[in-house]
Amino acid sequence: MTASNDSKPDSPADPTRRKALNCLAAWSGAAVVWTMVGGVPRALGATGSGPVAAASARAFTFVQISDTHFGFHKDANPDIVGGFRRAAADINALAQKPALVLHTGDVTHLSKPEEFGQAKELLQEIRIDRVHTVPGEHDALDDGLTGYLKNFDHDGKSRAWYSFDQGGVHFIGLSNVLNFKMGTMTSLGDEQIAWLKQDLARVSHSTPIVMLAHIPMWTVYAQWGWGTADADQALALLRPYGSVTVLNGHIHQVLQKVEGNIALHTAMSLAYPLPTPGQEGIGEPGPVKVPAGELGKLIGTRQLTVVRGKHELALVDTPIDHT
Amino acid sequence: MTTSPNYNARAHGGLAALLALLLALLSGIAASVETPSTDTPSIDITKFAFAPKEITVVPGTKVIWTNHDETPHTISAADKTFLSKAMDTDDRYEYTFASEGDFSYFCTLHPFMTGIVHVRK
Repeated sequence: MTASNDSKPDSPADPTRRKALNCLAAWSGAAVVWTMVGGVPRALGATGSGPVAAASARAFTFVQISDTHFGFHKDANPDIVGGFRRAAADINALAQKPALVLHTGDVTHLSKPEEFGQAKELLQEIRIDRVHTVPGEHDALDDGLTGYLKNFDHDGKSRAWYSFDQGGVHFIGLSNVLNFKMGTMTSLGDEQIAWLKQDLARVSHSTPIVMLAHIPMWTVYAQWGWGTADADQALALLRPYGSVTVLNGHIHQVLQKVEGNIALHTAMSLAYPLPTPGQEGIGEPGPVKVPAGELGKLIGTRQLTVVRGKHELALVDTPIDHT
Repeated sequence: MTTSPNYNARAHGGLAALLALLLALLSGIAASVETPSTDTPSIDITKFAFAPKEITVVPGTKVIWTNHDETPHTISAADKTFLSKAMDTDDRYEYTFASEGDFSYFCTLHPFMTGIVHVRK
């Protein structure tokens, strides 16, 4: 996993970088469409018309997990670790081995050192070389990102935002969990947006972009703070690109929005469900306790596949309960 | 609540006991209204909201917040004069308001959660 300081993903000498450049030839420059496909990974062969079925051995596949909340042990899910291990086993069993795992934040529940330690150990049970994370607000309690960065400083620069290239995709990780102001939504902040502009300056418009941030980069529900106040400034920088996919967590449920070439997706948690905005009888975004047997249908993982030579990329959300 | 004094009255076999109990209850209510400074006001954090959301106290009053949610919350003054650590379920935070003023505060994790403490002589 890439939870250390020794990773140099941007190095031109990195073979994945060369592979990425070769891969670009396969992109036509047309808009890439991300398709939501219900079902589970092993149904890939059965969904004849689905783009995932077309994935070849050469397809570039990666996995998104989110909101593991290691350290949470209350009624909404008394066995976080057990659920995570089932998800890890699913990922390890994928026929198409993912190139990397992306974790979109709230790795821990209370930012405790022992929770970060447990997270690092458990994430290693996913047999994937690279695990990239972005922080959630639960990873930034009390001491800001100090504890998080001790464990998840991906490029050794002591900050929570970074980028790297792999499989022909330019990946960008952002942090939107430090600028909370009274009565408003969170924000990225000017420093990070300036960095993003600089980072993108070297990326061609035909390169697919995958951007990670914990809190949704669009306003899902302002009343609960489910949005990022200055997200538009970041998205404006991405508009010239033919394919932009923004992956978020935080709201513990799958929602999507498409805005031109920019597709934004939130993911399920691996800990517990949250209510849908405005859900009847629930006035606050706290953990939802569901009847025994239901939880496994509401938490899970996501697999994303880039299909070379195809315009469509595929996205499959899989709950940990699937038969 | 209304059945309790009647039960006690019967148990003790007299009207006097009932009257004494009612008197005690009434004097308790009166005391809390007239002399808030002797109390330590409690603010509950329940379902992502502060209750009461707005209170008025005299200078020198200690206020205690208690988190009843399964989600951690914080207490942060809008002007940053006070800031709690993250409070897990049943954790408490207390702060003593020394001088007069209006002190808006919020939860830094859920900034839509807001409250205000008015401090008046």
